[in-house]
Amino acid sequence: MSEVQFFNVHKDFSGMEVLKGINFTVESGQVACLIGPSGSGKSTLLRCVNHLETTSSGTILVGGRMIGYEVHGDRLIQAHQKDINKRRSRIGMVFQSFNLFGHMTALENVMMGPVKLLKVPKARAEAEARELLAKVGLADRTGHYPAQLSGGQQQRVAIARALSMKPDLMLFDEPTSALDPELVGEVLDVMKALARDGMTMIVVTHEMGFAREVADVVAFMDGGVIVEAGDPNEIISRPQHERTKAFLSKVL
Amino acid sequence: MTVSELPITAEARHDFADLASRPVLKRKRPGQLIAMVLVGLFALMGAYVIVTNPGFGWPTVAKYLFDIRILNGLLTTIELTTIAMVLGLVIGLVIAVMRMSDNALLRGVAGAYIWFFRGTPLMVQMLFWGFAAVLFPTIGIGIPGGPMLVEWNTNDVLPLFVAGILGLGLNEGAYMAEIVRAGLMGVPAGQSEASHAMGFSRMETLRHVVIPQAMKIILPPVGNETISMLKTTSLVIVIGVGDLLYNAQQIYARNLQQIPLLIVASLWYILLTTILSLVQARVEKRYSRGNTIQARKA
Repeated sequence: MSEVQFFNVHKDFSGMEVLKGINFTVESGQVACLIGPSGSGKSTLLRCVNHLETTSSGTILVGGRMIGYEVHGDRLIQAHQKDINKRRSRIGMVFQSFNLFGHMTALENVMMGPVKLLKVPKARAEAEARELLAKVGLADRTGHYPAQLSGGQQQRVAIARALSMKPDLMLFDEPTSALDPELVGEVLDVMKALARDGMTMIVVTHEMGFAREVADVVAFMDGGVIVEAGDPNEIISRPQHERTKAFLSKVL
Repeated sequence: MTVSELPITAEARHDFADLASRPVLKRKRPGQLIAMVLVGLFALMGAYVIVTNPGFGWPTVAKYLFDIRILNGLLTTIELTTIAMVLGLVIGLVIAVMRMSDNALLRGVAGAYIWFFRGTPLMVQMLFWGFAAVLFPTIGIGIPGGPMLVEWNTNDVLPLFVAGILGLGLNEGAYMAEIVRAGLMGVPAGQSEASHAMGFSRMETLRHVVIPQAMKIILPPVGNETISMLKTTSLVIVIGVGDLLYNAQQIYARNLQQIPLLIVASLWYILLTTILSLVQARVEKRYSRGNTIQARKA
């Protein structure tokens, strides 16, 4: 099970409150899109899921279990780093700036996790990595270094790298925001295919077309709160709140 | 004024297509010629002095260039350079990682180390290690204020060679720490973040992701430091370690052929520096994997 539940999640950066009580649930197999203006807290919320950011209060459960904290008597205690790493290895993350390892070829990037973390034999890891790269349409780019690939290709390698760990959940942090417009489509296509395969996904995005087409649920965030959430067509076509309407009128 | 009214210049009467088909003449640059003549003259003067001044004692140079004492000293110099650099690199890496740690105590210790070893002259540190036996006549393992379990005579376990290594290596570590730190900081934070998100620990991230990419930033200054260290090892003469310069000194102390023997030492230093420069270029090439310039060429 890989449902993600947010219970009253708060986060402040040295006094600046960026998340002000988030309550939200993403069911297993669902695609959730987080939309909203920059600075609304959507990326921070996403980064709390795999504990790249700590939460100030509240709870996030992935598959029914917290990441980064354990119950200790009647209080929470910081989890052991080893446990955090183990949980993270089952959650794929794709970044706005790709963050492929620059000193490794596309193939090496995709093989690295299985070989070093899961101790998969090299030959098998390589076969699987080639398969994944073929799946994202890059079978002919395995030997290329990130600097030799276009943004769209790099992001597809990054998705293959995240998938190499066989995650239960995928987090996408504005995966197409750094791409030239003509390269956005190829990345979204890979993500759509992933959604069709039943992957649980949380996607921070400005691509309203994608949200409408693929998402099971859309949450509009502003000022650290979820202003409204629900069916993508409802939210995007018939927003109820003024702030949602104002935002959508600018991006659509 | 319209085009037809433009005055017809000399060039305009030529057939440009025809002109462009012939090779372009090189314009003469008299300044370059003068510079060449001047440099040539100075070179000749220098060569004349070097050949004719008997003080250079070229026959003496030739006699001692492969003298066993010089070669032994050379070996010691190479050993000192190698071990001190390895020590410096290890210390530098540890101190740099400590300096970037979450733990304020570790950061403080690293800062203090760099502050101390950069803050005092290397010559003084060298002398200190040479005289360490005065400060600690014996060293051992035991309970502070209580009995000693194991104990050694400092002069036995800390021969001058080791004292020299410590002097050079500990000092180098402080400078290397800053070089390594610059390299680690030069790797974008997103690289570590992606690695952490995959489930790699801090140490695994350093080893597999950050350090390999920091290498191409770190290597040029490390090459520089190694070349510098080769010559800095000559400071061990203050504690009497028989390196290249020390042994050359020992010889000219008897035969009073100072200049020829200093030339002998210099020739070896310059040869080693040349070799190190070549090695540096090769190593840097190896660690430039996946960088943009190389990628564009491919």
